[in-house]
Amino acid sequence: MNDEGHAVRDVVIVGHGPAGHRLVEALRERDPDRVLRVTVVGEETRPAYDRVALTSYLTEDADLACAPHDADVTLVTGDPVVALDRAARTVRTAAGRAIGYDALVLATGSAPFVPPVAGHDLPGVFAYRTLDDLDALRAHCTNLTMSRPGANGVVIGGGLLGLEAARALQGLGVRTHVVEIAPWLMPRQLDEGGGAMLRRHIEALGMTVHAGTPMAGLEAGEDGAVARVALADGGAVEAGVVVFSAGIRPRDELARAAGLPVGERGGVAVDAGCRTADPDVYAVGECACVDGQVHGLVAPCFSMAEVVADALLARAAGRASGARFEGADASTKLKLMGVDVASFGDPFAGARDGHLDVTYTDPVAGVYKRLVVSDDARTLVGGVLVGDAAAYPTLRALLGAELPGSPEQTLFGGTEAASGGDLPDATVICSCNNVCAGTIRTAVRDEGLTDLAAVKNCTRAGSTCGSCVPLVKNLLDAELTAAGVQVSRALCEHFEHSRAELFDIVRVRGITTFTRLIEEHGRGRGCDICKPVVASILASLGNGHILAGEQAALQDTNDHFLANIQKNGTYSVVPRIPGGEITPERLIVIGEVARDFGLYTKITGGQRIDLFGARVEQLPDIWRRLVEAGFESGHAYGKSLRTVKSCVGSTWCRYGVQDSVAMAIRLELRYRGLRAPHKLKSAVSGCARECAEAQGKDFGIIATEQGWNLYLAGNGGMRPRHADLFATDLTDEDLVRYIDRFLMFYIRTADRLQRTASWLENLDGGLDYLREVIVEDRLGLCAELDAAMARHVAAYSDEWRDTLDDPEKLGRFVSFVNAPGTPDPSIVFEPERDQIKPVLVAGTRLEVAAR
Amino acid sequence: MTPTPAPTLAREAPPGGPRWTDVCAYADLLPERGACAIVGGVQVAVFRTHDGALYALSNLDPFSGAQVISRGLLGTRGDAATVASPMYKQVFALETGVCLDDPAVSLRVFPVRRTAAGDRVEVGTSDEHRE
Repeated sequence: MNDEGHAVRDVVIVGHGPAGHRLVEALRERDPDRVLRVTVVGEETRPAYDRVALTSYLTEDADLACAPHDADVTLVTGDPVVALDRAARTVRTAAGRAIGYDALVLATGSAPFVPPVAGHDLPGVFAYRTLDDLDALRAHCTNLTMSRPGANGVVIGGGLLGLEAARALQGLGVRTHVVEIAPWLMPRQLDEGGGAMLRRHIEALGMTVHAGTPMAGLEAGEDGAVARVALADGGAVEAGVVVFSAGIRPRDELARAAGLPVGERGGVAVDAGCRTADPDVYAVGECACVDGQVHGLVAPCFSMAEVVADALLARAAGRASGARFEGADASTKLKLMGVDVASFGDPFAGARDGHLDVTYTDPVAGVYKRLVVSDDARTLVGGVLVGDAAAYPTLRALLGAELPGSPEQTLFGGTEAASGGDLPDATVICSCNNVCAGTIRTAVRDEGLTDLAAVKNCTRAGSTCGSCVPLVKNLLDAELTAAGVQVSRALCEHFEHSRAELFDIVRVRGITTFTRLIEEHGRGRGCDICKPVVASILASLGNGHILAGEQAALQDTNDHFLANIQKNGTYSVVPRIPGGEITPERLIVIGEVARDFGLYTKITGGQRIDLFGARVEQLPDIWRRLVEAGFESGHAYGKSLRTVKSCVGSTWCRYGVQDSVAMAIRLELRYRGLRAPHKLKSAVSGCARECAEAQGKDFGIIATEQGWNLYLAGNGGMRPRHADLFATDLTDEDLVRYIDRFLMFYIRTADRLQRTASWLENLDGGLDYLREVIVEDRLGLCAELDAAMARHVAAYSDEWRDTLDDPEKLGRFVSFVNAPGTPDPSIVFEPERDQIKPVLVAGTRLEVAAR
Repeated sequence: MTPTPAPTLAREAPPGGPRWTDVCAYADLLPERGACAIVGGVQVAVFRTHDGALYALSNLDPFSGAQVISRGLLGTRGDAATVASPMYKQVFALETGVCLDDPAVSLRVFPVRRTAAGDRVEVGTSDEHRE
């Protein structure tokens, strides 16, 4: 027998989990002549399924089955291999099958670790690993919640899988506690700050976290089933169900019994080619121990499967394989009910390794970000993101590479730029499937790919967890642009046009309905992208009430109910308070309405008051009271003017030089109700101290001794931008005229959801060109823009008052069409700080993108 | 008002036949919009598309956990009639309930029909739909 082993024909794979499944698929893909005969023997009664998405089986009845193998693959399920005879090159199963092999691959996975505490085997105690575990857990919880509504459950282990189990348990109607021995959640991925922020999010979801608290044992109740979890600190939690998720142990018992070496903490010891001490036996996935390390995430398990597939095919062909498993990127991103959590590179590297930390915490938004960089602050080593992981794909791609800017710029949006084009070919873009930038570029060029779906199919990039999809899209666009292929500006599959083109079509042809527009200029019946765009265009051009006739069917839910949808399906109400000026009487009315309808009340950043928690059928009653008191819609729900904020100005302030409040009110009343490609915000400051923060607005005004300075195209939000100084010392009339034209020009020419900041950045000629258009009338457009604004001002009418006057529109404000007076029973609140907060009672989804 | 086709029969009646519940007048449903009905404690989103066809799906959005599917925007993707969740915008096929953005997820589909006179809408449930 030479070093490469004897010829291989019969391959036997022990274990049919994700790693075993991937190995078979890789072998079949690369062996079209079927040189290898493949037999897979699995212990579970089902063929392989997607364990990463396990929870969705409980929360949404998802079908997790992996794609079936072709008919030539022999698949044995429900019959574990119990013995391995290396001398005879044969395995034997529990049912007595004897199967001979030329090469054997162990893909036996791992088993949940259940600590040997008292009561660990009581009825009502479960593991969280297989579909059978989940079926048993569901059956138990159904009985539990029927006999004892409001029963508690405990998940032992606050790691990635434990939190997933916790969410599933909550979805089964159990009040969920999480017990974690480490001082914070997800200790393997997160640092202390990230763990603390995650805990706030988890607790906000209604779970109780016990961190830094080992469990002492489980105690049975009168019925013999588990009833309490005793904690080492002397406390205890009542529990009708307990789920263990305290880590996993590799299933290496077959290898041990056959005399193969195992790792110090378990796992079948293999070399970088995933080969054990026996050259005919390989191991892949969670049961393998490469260089003393066992891997539990799906990406390295897939890589190992690919390595072994290559080795086996090489042996069958009588050549040497160069494939090596080169360690794993342990980067992880998961989403837990809207909470993004990501960890990449080495998040624990610190000062001891000569590294620097850049940390940002925003307890209000629930965001924690930490970057670990090299001591010269130029190379990214690792990091943690909680609450906002938008930057994850870019940051992961930058690991080990030089940062494009300072660490702060990297943390705050500087990374949002379409960076795909600049990344080196060797940068791994999709770590689940180990696809690098160069592979994607080559595929786009050589295969002539033009859309994202084709790139995903061809390269597998973005096909597992999806977190790298934005980067893959950037790479595709950059490659297409370089090849001279026009990158489509089509709004969606129904229109070839951009928003600006559609605006002109509607305006020039006098189109007033979506049906006519799509019949003459589009195809299909529209979607949630083009319908609101067309609704906004029709509204900008003045086509009456946004809920009149066919327009009603185009509005997204916020515009449809003239209120803002919140996470539990209730709505919030924002009455207009122009300039932030309000009389005591009106303040009292808002207070009374909030009190009478039991609404949560919060002051907004735009100097108004937001009332949360209204059910749809309450909205007309709430607004009847508000309209009677003289309030109007604040359009917080629309892509339209929100507020014109102001400081108190020269009337009261000893430094003020102009009456900023009066100007803010004048502007807010002029532009109220104006529909635009995105929301519009404004502010007026009464002196250069700029207390109204006007330079962070779409149009901001700062008083001078001589008049007003106008700043354009600023915004806060995800990518803050200071507004540019457009004109100085303007009279009231010139100020209003320039703003009129700026807004109308923006509304005509911007893309869908493009704010003024990015619109100006993309405008050829930039601010100078804008001055030529607005001030010098270079396009001869000013008269038309002025007339359009005059029409808007003349046609304004309060949307809520009009709705209350129209019984047909009011009829839509019901939770149930067959029970108009019935409130939605799924809407539940609980108290917090003397107000309400929403509680989601329905099953919820947990996405685990990679692990 | 757009002319509507003759009353449609139930699609895919479960074995044993569904129990039909009157939920609203056909005219209560706006073309290209949905409404929610509560049937035996279960929230059912009922949709009327531009061609007059009716669809009924579970109102529970599996991605947000909120009962909001009936408030989504209708449309098409390819040839499939769709609804987009108003919460996080995932798109579901009206005919099958399958999420086109994540085919592992789907909404339960309910039989729905117009009465013989054409003026009322009924939703079918079987016992498994009841809470």
